[in-house]
Amino acid sequence: MKTPRRPTLRSVGAAWTAGFVAVLVGSVGLAQPQQSPQRIVSVIPAVTETLFALGAGPQVVGISSFDELPAGSRNVDIARVGGLVDPDTERMLTLRPDLVILYASQVDLRKQLERAGIPVFTYRHGGLDDVMSMIRTIGGRSGRGQQGEALAARLEAGLETVRARIAERRRPSTLLVFAREPAALRGVYASGGIGFLHDLLAIAGGDNVFADVSEENVAQVSSEAILSTAPDVVIEIRNHGAFDPATLTAERAVWNRLTTVPAVRNSRVHFLSGGEFVVPGPRVLKAAQQLARLLHPDAF
Amino acid sequence: MTIGLAATSVPQTESLRRRFLLTQAIFGGAALLVCLIAPLVGPTPIRLTRVFDGSIPFADNIDAQIFFIARLPRAVTGALVGAALATAGVVLQALLRNPLATPFTLGVSSGASLGAMIVIVLGIPLSLLGVPVVPLASFSGSLVAVGVVYVLSRVRRQGLSTHVLLLAGVTLNSLFSAIILFVQYSANMAESFQAIRWLMGNLDVSSYAPILSALPLLGAAFVSFAMLPRSLNLLALGAEHAAMRGVDVLRAQRLAFVSASLATGAAVSLGGPIGFVGIIVPHMVRLLAGSDHRTLLPASAFLGAAFLVTCDVVARTLMAPVELPVGIITAMLGGPFFLWLLIRHR
Repeated sequence: MKTPRRPTLRSVGAAWTAGFVAVLVGSVGLAQPQQSPQRIVSVIPAVTETLFALGAGPQVVGISSFDELPAGSRNVDIARVGGLVDPDTERMLTLRPDLVILYASQVDLRKQLERAGIPVFTYRHGGLDDVMSMIRTIGGRSGRGQQGEALAARLEAGLETVRARIAERRRPSTLLVFAREPAALRGVYASGGIGFLHDLLAIAGGDNVFADVSEENVAQVSSEAILSTAPDVVIEIRNHGAFDPATLTAERAVWNRLTTVPAVRNSRVHFLSGGEFVVPGPRVLKAAQQLARLLHPDAF
Repeated sequence: MTIGLAATSVPQTESLRRRFLLTQAIFGGAALLVCLIAPLVGPTPIRLTRVFDGSIPFADNIDAQIFFIARLPRAVTGALVGAALATAGVVLQALLRNPLATPFTLGVSSGASLGAMIVIVLGIPLSLLGVPVVPLASFSGSLVAVGVVYVLSRVRRQGLSTHVLLLAGVTLNSLFSAIILFVQYSANMAESFQAIRWLMGNLDVSSYAPILSALPLLGAAFVSFAMLPRSLNLLALGAEHAAMRGVDVLRAQRLAFVSASLATGAAVSLGGPIGFVGIIVPHMVRLLAGSDHRTLLPASAFLGAAFLVTCDVVARTLMAPVELPVGIITAMLGGPFFLWLLIRHR
């Protein structure tokens, strides 16, 4: 690994040293680069959104295939470089990036980029705390440390306000559904006791019925589990755009057979869709506010 | 259906008849017992007195809802799907004269899977007479596969060539698998996860509409199977041999192929492509009760039902509230047991 450029050599060396120790928020290059990166590629939508929120948008030259660009963004023709399972290495290299942001699980790609002398920052989605520290770290790495600190502090204060607002109220037990088969109560996936949505639910004043399951997804919740946990509220989160009214009625009717479930009895089966429920980035506050409004309509 | 089957194909001599009845009583009894116990077992304790307490309205009776909405339809589905896959396996193994044939060999399940994948990924929220879109689409997919194989195999005039059938099935399987992979590739993470889990099997139908809509098809298939045992016994020895003994080979093959495929399509649309039942249960019964199709077919139906319902009880209780895909359990429970049978019978 003999390259004439010293910082590169150093960052590669540091990468090998840091190795797999960098699990949650790993940062390659123990020595901070002197200049903030001007050509950033990010395959993680949450980090991309953070960069734009911090005003580092003009420094971003490549994003994942799944990113939604913020409204009014100027770099509409920004390069798409794949995602978690299908990253386009060649495309990334041709963009001549000076910082690439990858998922921590993209180990091979990370080695490849480091061999090419490109600094890499890796991140793995975790809970709400990880979102906040990611925002701060990304601020530092993109040369906008102050903005990063300010954004994180503003979000934390906002979340605290939500928490305070519902503090004295009875917390409804809540089933948070991520997916199921269309028009059937089958193949139901729900939130377990880990992950940013579980954390947001807690802040918004709901008790996750599967809080004890130490997984992010409870895969295949049976009808029996729904009947026996008897949630007060069911919230279905969908990745795609808003439902049309007919679909919404049909999908809500799927629950109607379970008449002993309080959520069904009291018409508290809700549907939410929007990127803020899928991307654990700067929009977490918006997500928490929407959840809180559903769970405690009289508090707002 | 299986009772009718027994009546039409009881062996003639008295000792054989007694043995036949004993075998069916044992297998049938096991199936009945498992189906009766299964709805009583689960992660949530329920009280039978409360389940059948008429004074509590159904809308307020949690025990009754767990019993009638969550557990009973699952046990019924498991029994039907298990019986259908096991008997379809028996029929296809005889028809193709290949002990490795399964209900999925001829591409029916890949067709069914493709249908299901497409609607899962597109998220089409349709239902017809209470039957959700996924089973509808997967049954349509299986019909496409059956149609293609059937047309291909009819090209030859002298009956269904088993070679042509096998090759067509294998080709269809790969073709459909490739399209399935493409559909999954173009899906987002949550959808493809959902689609992959469908492929592992799930008997939680959570309503009776899909069961009721599959019943006529399964019933027709079981009635056809009941007419087949003698022909299958002879066909298993070879088509020429069967023809010499007076079997209308072409008719028997068509009946066997179409009914086995319909049964498979209906079963997969209910529970997903649950593997292992269709190949291992027939062989288990052969080891335990011999390979005369008059015994083999009804006994496989009973054992298939008992086996799949048992596996489903394990799947939904072992790691509750998380549910294991039943297709994993069938292989994990059945595999070692079958190996043990193989060793014991040497």
